[in-house]
Amino acid sequence: MYEGVVQNLIDELGMLPGVGPKSAQRIAFHLLAAEPTDVKRLAHALLEVKEKVRFCRVCGNVAAEEECRICRDSRRDPHVICVVEEPKDVVAIEKTREFRGRYHVLGGAISPIDGVGPDDLRIRELMTRLADGRVTELILATDPNLEGEATATYLARLVKPMGLKVTRLASGLPVGGDLEYADEVTLGRAFEGRRLLDV
Amino acid sequence: MHVAHLSLTDFRSYDTVDLGLEPGVTAFVGPNGQGKTNLVEALGYVATQSSHRVATDAPLVRHGASRAIVRSVVVRDDRRALVELEINPGRANRARLNRSPMSRPRDVIGLLRTVLFAPEDLALVKGDPSERRRFLDDLLVARAPRFAGVRADYDRVLKQRGALLRTAAQARRGSRSGRRAENDAGFAAAGAGDVLSTLEVWDAHLARQGAELLAARLELVEALRPLVAAAYASLAPGSAPASLEYRGTLSTGGDGVSPEGVSPDDVPPAPGSTAGVSTAGGQATEEQPARGPVGESANGRDAGARSVMAEHGTAGRGTTARPAAAQGTAAHKAHPAADRDTQSAAGQSAHPAVGQDAHPAAGQSVVDRGAIEQALRAALLEVRSAELERGVTLVGPHRDDLFLGLGELPARGYASHGESWSFALALRLAAYELLRADGGDPVLILDDVFAELDTQRRRRLAEFVSSAEQVLITAAVPGDVPTELAGAWFDVAEGSVTRVR
Ligand SMILES: Nc1ncnc2c1ncn2[C@@H]1O[C@H](COP(=O)(O)OP(=O)(O)OP(=O)(O)O)[C@@H](O)[C@H]1O
Ligand SMILES: [Mg+2]
Ligand SMILES: [Zn+2]
Repeated sequence: MYEGVVQNLIDELGMLPGVGPKSAQRIAFHLLAAEPTDVKRLAHALLEVKEKVRFCRVCGNVAAEEECRICRDSRRDPHVICVVEEPKDVVAIEKTREFRGRYHVLGGAISPIDGVGPDDLRIRELMTRLADGRVTELILATDPNLEGEATATYLARLVKPMGLKVTRLASGLPVGGDLEYADEVTLGRAFEGRRLLDV
Repeated sequence: MHVAHLSLTDFRSYDTVDLGLEPGVTAFVGPNGQGKTNLVEALGYVATQSSHRVATDAPLVRHGASRAIVRSVVVRDDRRALVELEINPGRANRARLNRSPMSRPRDVIGLLRTVLFAPEDLALVKGDPSERRRFLDDLLVARAPRFAGVRADYDRVLKQRGALLRTAAQARRGSRSGRRAENDAGFAAAGAGDVLSTLEVWDAHLARQGAELLAARLELVEALRPLVAAAYASLAPGSAPASLEYRGTLSTGGDGVSPEGVSPDDVPPAPGSTAGVSTAGGQATEEQPARGPVGESANGRDAGARSVMAEHGTAGRGTTARPAAAQGTAAHKAHPAADRDTQSAAGQSAHPAVGQDAHPAAGQSVVDRGAIEQALRAALLEVRSAELERGVTLVGPHRDDLFLGLGELPARGYASHGESWSFALALRLAAYELLRADGGDPVLILDDVFAELDTQRRRRLAEFVSSAEQVLITAAVPGDVPTELAGAWFDVAEGSVTRVR
């Protein structure tokens, strides 16, 4: 235990994801030793992100305005929506430059252990977006773990009566890796998701 | 395969120890508490990265030390692999293979394969069903590492589903405030917002993972059955035959709880009307009509729907034969593909989820995973209200048991100490045979096994193991090592291990 304010900082840092008590302590002492201007810049960035950044009214992605950059971009295909768990997934998919449609960020995945049910995700908003029938394909790009799969299954069932095309990203082998070093689970899933080779 | 070298640093009672080993038989002999089991436990750890004695790693590190190191040279088909493990309780372990660090320590699992029999294995016969489930699942993983993932996924689904059931149970009892979406007409109409709508999703995943696990266990039991019977018979010639039956919360066969002699605690708790039933054991006799699921389900339709595996023969215990008609019909519904195989209900297999009528092609799966998945889903629906009351998942492989029989009687609760011991040993020896048939002799480790056996069984065991590529034996008394097993000999005393032969 340290003097009040120092311990406060350690406690606050310790609440961040992926930061354990040891790291919290290390970061705190790093900040104590840092130049005041550096720390001010960090504090400012923290405040600014909270003040200026919000979530897109349409898709739930991070946005600087009411709607995010992607939702405002009229060149993006409005007929295809890719559903992801988190804004960082949008960034990951954007990097591929493969996808030209729109996104919908759920804000997580169904996980009863964590008390997260469909109501706690932006599923209602998704249903509203689908209501006018403009969207013809829904790509379910939730994480390839149990909770992501469950969320995808749930959504697929929910939208089934709407008759649109529902697809799921294939989960496969990491590129650049040797097959023999892929772990069994990944390799097993890749087998399950195998497809016909058109030649 | 065999282990050519074992060296330990700060492992259990050892500060350092360094042993050269050879194929054939090696005995470690010394008084109680001198560190014999510690040695073989270390080898078991190299094979599975877990101990057969403790669930956590902390006790493996020598008292006062911060980490333990186990090094072993494993020789397989003349190729030597140096496997090094650093055991760091509370932190990630580290592994090196031939001196290069591995990013994931579990990647060296399976380079050494062992089958270890230890006094703790008595629990396989005398303990809870969970012990026998673990025996089966560990063996599945040893045969195909992929099952580590299946098992982990299934456990995770159970946890998620359990959490959901508990929430639902609370919501039912309470103000139903859990249904926040009810005022949102469209949303509620789609069935969203209701706990039950996501329960369906978890049901689907539970059934898929559960069916994969269950199908694999059923196939495993089929493969083990003759091996266990043979191992037991060779240990104890002339004694009553040892038999295995998979007893599931899902009816997987015609044979069931035999009316005679099954003590109630041998049967897993039966959820609602679901009876604890099993695959059949024993010698298949084609003329014998398939028997219905035992334990009589509330109605015939449910019983049939859950019966996805056909009668395999009979356990030869003289249970009353019952026509298979009802069962056969429902099985058709559950799995239409079966139709072409099933000629008539009575007189033969009601449903070929396990193919015994035809001769399954080699290497082809004989258990129908799809049929099991459907049956699991049906069974979940059936017990749903009970589950919502109790907040736990009531059907699935996590509640199953492997029934062990000796002649007419169950082993658990009936077998003598020596018989139980021999049965547990027979299970391990069968596992050994199975892994051996998959390719490459595992290292056979027999910790303290002989002291509990009579002279004849000792001799028989010695014969049985003499063909193994490498056998490691521990004994507290020199006289406990059968003379037939003459090989290398180490004295273990006061923390030192000395080769004397
Ligand atoms: N982490 C540890 N640190 C130090 N000593 C330990 C540790 N774990 C176990 N021991 C010691 O190791 C000894 C037990 O060793 P082990 O189980 O190998 O005995 P054994 O030779 O197999 O005896 P038995 O014939 O009774 O089976 C005990 O004396 C125990 O105190
Ligand atoms: Mg011992
Ligand atoms: Zn947007």
